Amino acid sequence: MSGITRDEVAHLAKLARLDLTDDELDRYSAQIDQILDAVAKVAEVADKDVAATSHPVVMENVFRDDVVTPGLSAQEALAMAPAREGDRFRVPRILDEE
Amino acid sequence: MNTRTQPKLARLSDALATYEPVIGLEVHVELGTNTKMFCGCPTTFGGSPNSQVCPVCLGLPGSLPVVNRTAIESTIRMGLALNCTIVPWCRFARKNYFYPDMPKDYQISQYDEPICVDGYLDVDVPTDDGVTTVRVEIERVHMEEDTGKLTHAGGAGRIQGADYSLVDYNRAGIPLVEIVTKPVTGTGGLAPAVGRAYVSELRDIMRTLGVSDVRMEEGSLRCDANLSLSRSGEPWGTRTETKNVNSLRSVERALTYEIRRQAAILGAGGSIKQETRHFHEDDGTTTPGRSKEEAEDYRYFPEPDLMPVAPDPAWVEELRATLPEPPSVRRKRLQQEWGISDHDMQSVINAGAVELVELTVAAGVDQASARKWWLGEFSRHANENDMELTDLAVTPAQIADVESLIVEGTLNDKLARQVFEGVLAGEGEPSDVIKKRGLALVSDDSALVGAIDEAIAAMPDVVDKIKGGKVQAAGAIIGQVMKATRGQADAARVRELLLEKLEVS
Repeated sequence: MSGITRDEVAHLAKLARLDLTDDELDRYSAQIDQILDAVAKVAEVADKDVAATSHPVVMENVFRDDVVTPGLSAQEALAMAPAREGDRFRVPRILDEE
Repeated sequence: MNTRTQPKLARLSDALATYEPVIGLEVHVELGTNTKMFCGCPTTFGGSPNSQVCPVCLGLPGSLPVVNRTAIESTIRMGLALNCTIVPWCRFARKNYFYPDMPKDYQISQYDEPICVDGYLDVDVPTDDGVTTVRVEIERVHMEEDTGKLTHAGGAGRIQGADYSLVDYNRAGIPLVEIVTKPVTGTGGLAPAVGRAYVSELRDIMRTLGVSDVRMEEGSLRCDANLSLSRSGEPWGTRTETKNVNSLRSVERALTYEIRRQAAILGAGGSIKQETRHFHEDDGTTTPGRSKEEAEDYRYFPEPDLMPVAPDPAWVEELRATLPEPPSVRRKRLQQEWGISDHDMQSVINAGAVELVELTVAAGVDQASARKWWLGEFSRHANENDMELTDLAVTPAQIADVESLIVEGTLNDKLARQVFEGVLAGEGEPSDVIKKRGLALVSDDSALVGAIDEAIAAMPDVVDKIKGGKVQAAGAIIGQVMKATRGQADAARVRELLLEKLEVS
């Protein structure tokens, strides 16, 4: 009843930067469709008096004070990077040549 | 200056005779909190790269964001100052995209549940026939986090053609508030000026609230300008969104340019492409950015790492009580107190000197002198050095000191200007500059008498004229004395002494 299409899965894969083969697209479309069907059962059980939730714990207004706390040094931060130049992270070319 | 190909532009007057512009503005304000939106990293501008980061703002696995209370308070105060409704409950959302300016691969923002909605701002727009007030309606005010700063290597420092890019995440996670207007219609040819006046008023409000330093040149206030054209009575046309419009003047120029560009296309029977465009400060043009057809799919969903924000009405009222006098009300009050014309007040506003003049008057200087210094000498100095008036190294107390020396006759205007020159150059307090540069007026009569005697001896013909009744000829001798004392004599006193000596009065 959810019915996600193969095209939609292909679109999602593209947005998620996943390079799927045709076989994979077929397989995952079917699997995602099953998952959506399973989740849709919740809607059958939950009546209109149950509000949609986005978090299992009902809490509001969890704040922190605006006080500086120690973070990482540039050296520590950059030690995890695959590439750096000086004190900056180095990343591959963002836009391909048009 | 550049190699951009210029599209055909319609004449502005022709464009406006045929089309009605609709504008919309999205303004991002970086809050001046001590720490970032979701972590305790400092927000100071200008730190060395990646020195203000932690696992949260770097998006490391297992880290959890927690909302900065002060950022929420600032946003609610901004919403209230913009006459918005503060919603009873709202959430943050994830905006998913792949771009190295956000290390998490998403930005925490608000989507369909912004914290403030449905406000308005009345802005005073200068026109040829005086000032007209236009109401700009506010659609929403929402919270999000700023992104990191990219530097592109190769390809002349631009993203197109770059070999690779470098990232500094100090800015990533700084609280950012986005203020979105509803479409502003019916302002015709005033549309670009309305855009400018709106951003200017918004900046004043943020400054008065103390929530941001709103420096457009440092990027703490950034503007995107939307514009579409339509023939009157017809549905709105397709809009473009111009990014990077980062000065008040640029807002006006970018909107004017888009009116002319779109009118030329429509006039030739073409159609406008919905796209993001980039504004170029150097020649005032806009060029197309990346096509956003696919990039627009951000797959927003409620941020599972954060709890909803539900501002208690009592808290909101507490914050409302902290709102300062709105800038527009204050301007009207000050104009009345100073007793000056609309035109003179507009000059003070345009110079960005309202608060400075107010503080200077509060320090004991009369309003005319306060305006004279800020709009004259100081504005000139700021312009020449490409600075903001507020950044000049001169204080209202120092202006009051110098003014009292003028009143008591120790300085004249010319010397006072030299004193301020020294103060602005960092030579110390006015008294230090006067001492170091030897700037006090010569009020010692004996020193003046010597110079007067010399001038009399040098110009017997002038002396004869004066004695013959042409008192106005005294100017030549006074001038000579001023020259001999390097301008440090009190001209009125010289004249008195001279006429006394020549027994004319």
